[in-house]
Amino acid sequence: MEGAISKELAPNFEFSDEIRKERQIAVTDCYQCAKCSAGCPLTFVMDFLPHEIIRLSGLGQEEMVLGSKTIWVCSACETCTTRCPNDIDIAGVMDFLKERSVRSGRLVSQKSVLAFHKAFLEDVRLSGGRLNESLLLGLYMLRSGEGLRKFKTGGLKEDVKLGLQMFKKGRLSVKPPQKVQVLDEIKNLFEKAKS
Amino acid sequence: MKVSYYPGCSLEHSAKDYEESIEAVAALLDVQLEEVPDWNCCGATAAHSINEQLALALPARNLVNAEVKGQDVVVPCALCFNRLKVAEHALLGPDAATLGLDYQGKIKVWDLLDYLTQEPVMAQIKEKLKKPLGGLQTVCYYGCVVARPPKITNRRDYENPTNMDRLLKDLGANPYPWSYKTDCCGAGFTISRPDIIDTLVQKLYDRALEAGAECFVVSCQMCQANLDIPQERIGKKAGKKYYLPVLYFTELIGLALGHPDVKTWFSRHFVDPVPLLQRKGLL
Repeated sequence: MEGAISKELAPNFEFSDEIRKERQIAVTDCYQCAKCSAGCPLTFVMDFLPHEIIRLSGLGQEEMVLGSKTIWVCSACETCTTRCPNDIDIAGVMDFLKERSVRSGRLVSQKSVLAFHKAFLEDVRLSGGRLNESLLLGLYMLRSGEGLRKFKTGGLKEDVKLGLQMFKKGRLSVKPPQKVQVLDEIKNLFEKAKS
Repeated sequence: MKVSYYPGCSLEHSAKDYEESIEAVAALLDVQLEEVPDWNCCGATAAHSINEQLALALPARNLVNAEVKGQDVVVPCALCFNRLKVAEHALLGPDAATLGLDYQGKIKVWDLLDYLTQEPVMAQIKEKLKKPLGGLQTVCYYGCVVARPPKITNRRDYENPTNMDRLLKDLGANPYPWSYKTDCCGAGFTISRPDIIDTLVQKLYDRALEAGAECFVVSCQMCQANLDIPQERIGKKAGKKYYLPVLYFTELIGLALGHPDVKTWFSRHFVDPVPLLQRKGLL
């Protein structure tokens, strides 16, 4: 029946092959029982349910899954992966899709989430191997544009108040963390992971 | 008992109360914690979300450093524990060569709660008990990734862990059964999507109250932060007034064993546990 379905809807198994090759995860094993979606605590903020992401990935609908909200609001709680009767690492697929969408330079649907991840890794690199939590908040505010937005809307006051409270309780410090002694090892890890 | 210790980044700062109570309790139980030499961040959710290579390389370096000492390593943070276990599987798996590291897998990676609820340690706790926790009504909240996925964590009781409940019973508290022991608190979304935290955590508050709890007991500093810090905000948004202190299991061991510094740990909490503990005659 060649030509009976439009090119856009025709299944394309290159994408699922790639997931199998890169992460050893077989999305095509899914028989759509939706157990993953039934147990997922984050469905209330998703545009596609987890079993739909798996199905779309299996059919090669790359643009749909990479542009989805779902992959970014997954909290990686691993409930889906744990319960899948076909042993599909669904949370692992979400990670693959996030990394793919960033590396392919697509517009990410959840900018604040990506800004947080980037700020976190930048922080660890700048701080010499360990996370500086105070710096993380600053980097995130800059990266996400949240700082400016909150400054304009007056929301920054709340954040500053919270920061001061944490400081008073000894849960936020201006003292940076100790740097890793063999700093070159950390630098190399980050350098290698860039490509 | 000597054991290696991987504290993780937040224990020096936002989870200082966890760090202080861990060190205090370890000393009371004759557990000598020795920091993993020159440890680094495990990469956490950020790395496994957008950089798979870093997500393995960062924790793998810690394991290699820990193995030099040859002692098992205990990890108090749920996510650090999970990431070290993921790295362990990678280092001992079929694609280990791609990591280019020499790791024999001679040491075991322990979640701190598992380590402290081993039979000999529990026996010591019972023996040294000074102030039983007089029917403190609690629910144990274990968090996500210490249990899941079991292929990585090697747990059997991943849907319904019970070791914290057993510990709390031994300490004299009353841990109620509830269905949200390993549900998600939203973790890192606390900064990038606080609205998600509000929904997830409010559900936990309501279900804990329904179960009859007066407080939460946790074994993860991210869970502690998400349940403790925004409690007032979440209450306001929901038009309710919550009062549910969020205690580390190590703080409660310290309290029951009569450690003098408990008030310092509690002073770091946003939801002050002191009124509850005074009402129970425990302070």
